[in-house]
Amino acid sequence: MAQLPENLLRRSAEARAKADGRPFEVVMAEMKGEAPPAGAAAAAPAAAAAAPVAAAGGPVRDLDAESAKFGVRRTLLERGMFARARKDGTAVPAMAGAVAAAAPAAGQAAPAAVGGPPPVSGPPPGVRTQRLLTVVKAGAIQGTTREPQDKVNVWPHLLAIEFVALLVMLALLTLMSAFIDAPLLEFANFNEQPNPSKAPWYFLGLQELLAYFDPQVAGVLLPTFGMIALMFIPYVDRNPSVRPSDRKLAIAIFTVFFMASSILTIFGSFFRGPGFNFVFPWRDGIFFDDLKTLLE
Amino acid sequence: MADENGKGGVLTAVKGMGSHLRNSQVWNSIFRPGSPARADSGDTPRNRAYVVMNNVLYHLHPVKVKRHGVKLSYTLCLGGLSFFLFILLTVTGIFLMFYYRPTSPAAYFDLQALATDVAFGQLVRNMHRWGAHLMVITVFLHMTRVFYHGAYKPPREFNWVVGIILLLLTLLLSFTGYLLPWDQLALWAVTVGSNMGAYAPVFGEQVSFILVGGVQITADTLLRFYVLHVLFLPFVITIFMAVHFWRVRKDGGISGPL
Repeated sequence: MAQLPENLLRRSAEARAKADGRPFEVVMAEMKGEAPPAGAAAAAPAAAAAAPVAAAGGPVRDLDAESAKFGVRRTLLERGMFARARKDGTAVPAMAGAVAAAAPAAGQAAPAAVGGPPPVSGPPPGVRTQRLLTVVKAGAIQGTTREPQDKVNVWPHLLAIEFVALLVMLALLTLMSAFIDAPLLEFANFNEQPNPSKAPWYFLGLQELLAYFDPQVAGVLLPTFGMIALMFIPYVDRNPSVRPSDRKLAIAIFTVFFMASSILTIFGSFFRGPGFNFVFPWRDGIFFDDLKTLLE
Repeated sequence: MADENGKGGVLTAVKGMGSHLRNSQVWNSIFRPGSPARADSGDTPRNRAYVVMNNVLYHLHPVKVKRHGVKLSYTLCLGGLSFFLFILLTVTGIFLMFYYRPTSPAAYFDLQALATDVAFGQLVRNMHRWGAHLMVITVFLHMTRVFYHGAYKPPREFNWVVGIILLLLTLLLSFTGYLLPWDQLALWAVTVGSNMGAYAPVFGEQVSFILVGGVQITADTLLRFYVLHVLFLPFVITIFMAVHFWRVRKDGGISGPL
């Protein structure tokens, strides 16, 4: 046998000892060649070991004869015999006319009975066995670090939902368009500015701010600053968590700005009348031409 | 073949034609393997994957998504609906372009004619206008949805920025379209809006001059806004949308779960 590195030998011996239920030191010694393996056992211990088996009334097999009779190689017969014995937990039958290895798989009783060198269950000579030298944990060519996730097929689960959402949206829009006309006021007249003049509704929050601040602030600085602040949110918010309970501050700040812009827009749309002065829509009427056709 | 009143015969013939068509080379060349339209594709996991993989939709959707992302309550479909509205606005907008001239008196009268002379003209214009307002709302709500889910966090930071640009482009598209009816509402709303822009420091006046095509809104502004509205801004927003959708998939698909 080729010389094996010590660490590999140890691991192999540990595995073998565990499998056979024998002390590790014994197996190790045997593997190192310090204790004679079963196959190479001297005649005397082998005979001594064989004796109790035979004495116990076990069958005696003449493997050479069987080999000739059945046309099966002797080594195969031996292996089968050992395997059977190990599987059943019974004693290995004594072999006539050959070196006998007497080591039952359950091998606790035998050593005590013999009292000689510990019997081993190694294979007889000429039998090749494999042993686990080491387990090399292979790193995958492509490292997959992500955990498997609970996923569903896009078709039909997602596409069906999207299709329904699309149809609902289309239906609502068509219905609304069938009943409410888009506004078309008088022809554009440069000489007649309507009172109030309002920007498109999504800018009415800004126009509302114009009522409080200087145009440079309300019309330029605040929206520019707002847009830049929005863009920088991911780079300012260093909190890695996405759980709402971990992001109370971020949510609070965003909600304040969201509500403020919504309120300003609603205020500019419905609560501002002629001269962009404050009105109550339920008392003074609504001055909001985007929805003129709806409100009429 | 036909039963007593002959109906079965017609039905069988129609069914036969249908199955013949669905097995034809033409049909199978149109619908790629796995498509439910094909006669040979049953509802198997493999074919469910093929439906997306062998489809132009594969540019938008992966074969599988996280289970929680399919829930309507997670996304409310807001991003998808924004995209759908964009397509709808493109379709209705192309329709409107057939009947609209971006010149000073004609624009207004074309819109009047749309209501009276063109079949479904008023309906399509209504859909275009309400759809535009709706798209501003859905894009804005999509942004808030993404914020509350923390979906802008790494690795999705840049896609959030792209999203803000898309919001800006949406507002600009809506704003440039606002002038096109060339009525009192359009003229003065855009006047108020662009006056605000002119206050911008340093180059505010120059930007305003370029956008409006002069120191104040004139008939020339109409053409300028028209080109911005139907060509320039859709072109730009399409590019940004492509990046946006691509990044959604590259950054790991739908965010979450919370």
